[in-house]
Amino acid sequence: MALFLDLGPYTSFVLTSYLLAAAVVAILIGWIALDYRRQTRRLRELEERGVVRRSGRSATEIR
Amino acid sequence: MTLTDRTLTDRLTDFANPTRFLALTARVLPWLMAITAVLLAVGLYQSALAPDDYQQGSTVKIMFIHVPNAWLSMFVWGVMSLASLGTLVWRHPLADVAAKSAAPIGAAFTFLALVTGSLWGRPMWGTYWEWDARLTSVLILFLMYLGLIALWRAVEDPSRAARAAAILTLVGALNLPIIKFSVDWWNTLHQPASVMRMGGPTLDRAFLIPLLVMAIAFSFLFVTLHLAAMRNEILRRRVRTLQMLQAQMIQAAQPSGDTANAARGEAALKSTIGAA
Repeated sequence: MALFLDLGPYTSFVLTSYLLAAAVVAILIGWIALDYRRQTRRLRELEERGVVRRSGRSATEIR
Repeated sequence: MTLTDRTLTDRLTDFANPTRFLALTARVLPWLMAITAVLLAVGLYQSALAPDDYQQGSTVKIMFIHVPNAWLSMFVWGVMSLASLGTLVWRHPLADVAAKSAAPIGAAFTFLALVTGSLWGRPMWGTYWEWDARLTSVLILFLMYLGLIALWRAVEDPSRAARAAAILTLVGALNLPIIKFSVDWWNTLHQPASVMRMGGPTLDRAFLIPLLVMAIAFSFLFVTLHLAAMRNEILRRRVRTLQMLQAQMIQAAQPSGDTANAARGEAALKSTIGAA
């Protein structure tokens, strides 16, 4: 960790780059994970109301 | 048709089936996540250990993020272009799902390439931004990603949006060789290729190895996120199908002859609730 912090006069540029990359990747992962939960919840709600696929299989079935 | 041809066709058909694709994704995603996490950890550790460059100092460490993201910004558009061909030529059921899901991820990588490049440019070039050929063409790529995302959101019917987006993607692919060769065709601040070039990389192993590990790690990150986003898109389309089915069921349940009045009544009720 000391290696990362000892970056001489460019510490702010290097740290900002890495922190920004970590933030963007975290946002992407969070957005995709939340979207998955939202879609599966909506499918379950629709199925609970009796709306089923023509095949009769569960829409949340992914295995 | 030979037996081998049939087998290949069968396999492609299997893969085109969204339900089978979801099953495959469920099996593969945990492994991809684990591999990506390990590769990123190794890449970050090697980046931390890499020595300072004699000219760039510690800002060389920015390159370990900037270069993989810059490569991926073009690679993702390449993936979207192939998927667009799949939509327009082969009408593959998953092609537009793949194209649509890749766009936000590609936009994020392009954004990171631009910003980290800018953060490297300030101490090395003395400016955050210069309207030179490489920087401008990558900015255009970023704007095209945003345009595609807006197009997907603007058209409600996914199949209609897919055709328009596929054409726009293929037209936008013309920008890829411009980005790649901009440093050779024009006099730019940006340095020419130092890894993917005739005669081999010019980088020292101390920088090349962390750079390649980070590039592989980010590539795995893209594949993992892309498969997960494709899974979400397939589920979103199932939601849409079931909602339309539900609307048909409600319409069928209305007493005959009174459907139009019932719909008008429902719309009036919604507008009243909205106004309230």
